[in-house]
Amino acid sequence: MAKNTPIKNPTEWNYAASPESTSHIRLEKKYQLFINNEWVAPSSKKYFPSTNPATEEVLAEIAWANAADVDKAVKAARKAYQDVWSKLSGAERGKYIYRIARMMQERAREFAVIESLDCGKPIRESRDVDVPLACNHFFYYAGWADKLEYAMPHKKPESLGVAGQIIPWNFPLLMAAWKIAPALAAGNTVVLKPAETTSLTALKLAEIIKDSGLPPGVVNIVTGYGDTGAAIVNHPNVDKIAFTGSTNVGKIIQRAIAGTHKKSTLELGGKSANIIFDDAPIDQAVEGIVNGIFFNQGHVCCAGSRLFVQENIAERVIHKLKSRMESLYVGNPLDKNTDIGAINSKEQLETIEKYIRIGKEEGAEIYQSQCVIPSKGYFCRPTLFTGVSQSHTIAQEEIFGPVLTIQTFRTVDEVIQKANNTPYGLAAGVWTDKGSRIFNLTTKLRAGVVWANTYNKFDPVSPFGGYKESGFGREGGVHGLGAYLK
Amino acid sequence: MIKSFDPHSMLSKISVDKVGVEERVARFQTRSIKNESKLQGLKMVLNMIDLTTLEGKDTPGKVQQMCYKAQHLHDVEPGLPTVAAVCVYPSMVGVAKKALGNSNVKIASVSTAFPSGQSTRDIKISDTQFAVDQGADEIDMVISRGKFLAGEYAFVFDEIAAIKEACGKARLKVILETGELSTLDNVRLASDIAIHAGADFIKTSTGKIQPAATMQVTYTMLMAIKDHYDRTGIMVGMKPAGGISTSKLALHNLVMVKEVLGNAWLSNEWFRFGASSLANDVLMQIMKSTTGLYQSSDYFSID
Repeated sequence: MAKNTPIKNPTEWNYAASPESTSHIRLEKKYQLFINNEWVAPSSKKYFPSTNPATEEVLAEIAWANAADVDKAVKAARKAYQDVWSKLSGAERGKYIYRIARMMQERAREFAVIESLDCGKPIRESRDVDVPLACNHFFYYAGWADKLEYAMPHKKPESLGVAGQIIPWNFPLLMAAWKIAPALAAGNTVVLKPAETTSLTALKLAEIIKDSGLPPGVVNIVTGYGDTGAAIVNHPNVDKIAFTGSTNVGKIIQRAIAGTHKKSTLELGGKSANIIFDDAPIDQAVEGIVNGIFFNQGHVCCAGSRLFVQENIAERVIHKLKSRMESLYVGNPLDKNTDIGAINSKEQLETIEKYIRIGKEEGAEIYQSQCVIPSKGYFCRPTLFTGVSQSHTIAQEEIFGPVLTIQTFRTVDEVIQKANNTPYGLAAGVWTDKGSRIFNLTTKLRAGVVWANTYNKFDPVSPFGGYKESGFGREGGVHGLGAYLK
Repeated sequence: MIKSFDPHSMLSKISVDKVGVEERVARFQTRSIKNESKLQGLKMVLNMIDLTTLEGKDTPGKVQQMCYKAQHLHDVEPGLPTVAAVCVYPSMVGVAKKALGNSNVKIASVSTAFPSGQSTRDIKISDTQFAVDQGADEIDMVISRGKFLAGEYAFVFDEIAAIKEACGKARLKVILETGELSTLDNVRLASDIAIHAGADFIKTSTGKIQPAATMQVTYTMLMAIKDHYDRTGIMVGMKPAGGISTSKLALHNLVMVKEVLGNAWLSNEWFRFGASSLANDVLMQIMKSTTGLYQSSDYFSID
C-alpha cells in the first residue's frame, strides 16, 4: 500500500468555468409583434437584430413596429378593455395574474438564461434577483386585484383604460413586470414596448401570456426603437403613459402629452448618494458600496454612483474598496461565478468610456480593478475616481456604468447639502451605527428611496420612484396601484 | 514582560452589521465549484483537517486508532494527503506522539482548562507546558469568556500573552468560543484582542457549544485577520471548528478564505478545520469524483 503523503501547499486554487447551460432554452430566429394574443408581422416589414453583448452574436431578429402597428395594438387593447377586461371582477382578473406568475416561476431558469444572454447581466443576478422579483411583482399585484376598494378607501377606484408602457434595457423582464402587473390588477389593458436592445424576455413573457389564456388584446407587446415609443406616447387613444428611462426622453414625453387627457408616471435617471459615516460597520459598508455601484454593471437608475465618505475614514474605506474590487469576477455573464457581466451595448460602452475620459481630463484620480476582461464583447473594468468634487462632470451626470465617484465630507450638514445638490433625487444610502442619525438623514435627503445600512434592496411591497428630475409617481406597493386608477 | 491591553489606545471597537455579514456569506455560498476545482478543493480540505477527539471517555486505544486514520485516510485511493493534525487532550499527547512517530501529521493539544477555561492562570500555564513537554506542536487554548463578557479585556489579553509565552515553539491557536460571545461585534473584538496578544491562529469554538463555526462568525474573524495583515504584514491563521461536517460547507469555507484573504491562506499552515466527521464526507465526495458513483458510508473507516 502506497504511503500517503501530504500534498504540496497549493499556491493557486481557482474556480473552473461553470457556465449555465443554454440547451434548455428556446429562441425563435425571428420575433413578430404580439397583438391580440397573436404573432403579427410588422406592417413596416422591418426587423432589427438583438445581440448578445458578451459575444456580439445575433440572438434573434425582432420586428420593428411603426405607427400603424402601434395603432393596431392600441385598438386591440381598447377593444379588450371595453369588451372583456373592464367587465371582469377583480377576483377573476387576479386569477389570470396569479396564473402568469406561476407560469413564469415554472420557466424561471429559461427566463434567467435568456435575460443574461440578451442583457449581459450575470446569471447569478438574473437567476437570484431579476426573475424571482419579476414573479413576485405579479404575485403581489394579483392579490390586490379584488381589493382595490381597500387599497383606496373612500375613493371608488376605477381603471384608466389603455396603458402605454415603455421600459428600459437594464432590467427588461423586471420592468415589464413592474409595469404590466399593477396595470392589469387595476383593470387596465396594456401596450408595452421593450427597449430595442433587450426585447427577448418580454417576448417570452408574451408566450406565457398567450398560454395563460389571458383574453386577447389585454396585453400587447410591440417592439422597436424610439419611433415606436413615440407612436405610443402620441396615440390619442392611450390613457396613460408609464415610462422608465432617461431624463431626456422623459422630458420629451412630458412635452408630448402636455394638454392631453393622458396620465403619466415617469421613472428617470439618477445620481444617487451613498453616504458612509465614521461609525458605520466599515466592511459591510464596503459591500454596500460595491453592491450599490457594480450591481448590474452599474446599469441601475438608483445606483449609488456618488460615494460620500467621512474624511477621517476615507483612506481606510478606499483601501478596502480597492481590495474588494480585485476579488470581483468580470467576464462571461453565463458563468455562475461571474460578478460583473457585459455592458449592455456598444453605444453604452462608448458613453461610459467617454465619461471615464472626461474624469481623467478633469483631473480626478482613476483606479480600475486589474482583472482580465474578455477580448470579445463589451466589457468595462470596475472603476472608481477619487479626488472628486461636486463640480466634476462625472459627479453631476448619470454615467449608467460601473464607475464610482468618491468625495469626502466632514459634517452631517455638509453631506446632506452635497447629497441634495443634484437635479436628480432617486435614491440614497446611509451607513451609520446610529439610529437617530439615520432618521435625521432620511427626512432631509431629497430622494425617493433611502436605504439604511444596505443598498439596492427591492421588494414588490415597497414603492419606488423619484424626486425632481428623477421623475414622479411610484411603482410598487399600494402606491404603484394608484398610478393605474382614477 | 507582557504588554497590557488597552482597547482605547491600541484599537477601536469595530462594529459589525449582522445583516450585511449574512448577505456577504450568502454570496460565497452561491459560488459554483465544479470538476477539477472541486477535486483540488476537496483534497485541500482533507489536508487542512485537525482530526479531533475531545471526550471524557478518550482512551489510548481510541487515540491510537484515530492517529492511524490520520495517516491513512482511505488507502484504496492513492495520492490522498494526510490530515494536518490530530487534536487531543494534554493527557493523550504522549500517546499520539508515539502513534504518529515521525509522520508529518502534527499534534495539537487543547489546554487552559478546556473547554470552560474556568481555572487559575497558573494552572492554565502548567496545563500548557505539560502538553508542550509531551510533544504537542500546537496548543489550542480557550479564552476566558466570563472575563470578556464582564468587560475585562485586559485580563483576556494578558492571559493569551502568558499562554503564548508558555507555548515556546508550539504554535498557539486561540479559541474564542463564539457561541458564548453571542454577537458579531464581540467576535470581532475578541479576534482583535487575540491577534494583538500573539495568537498564531484564531479559532471559533471548542465544539462543545452551539452555535459553533457558522460562516458568519468565520467571516467576521477572517476580516479581523485581513485588517491585521493589511496593517502589519503579519499573517494569522484561522480555524473554524465545530459544525462543519459536509464537503459542501467545507468548500464554501475555502471559497470564503480565498476571496477574503487570498490563495496565500489556502494551506494547512494558515487554515484548518476542526472536525471529527468531515473527513469521511470529503472522502466520499472524492470517490464520487473519481469513480462517478456514491459509495456506501460503510466503505469509509470510522476511527
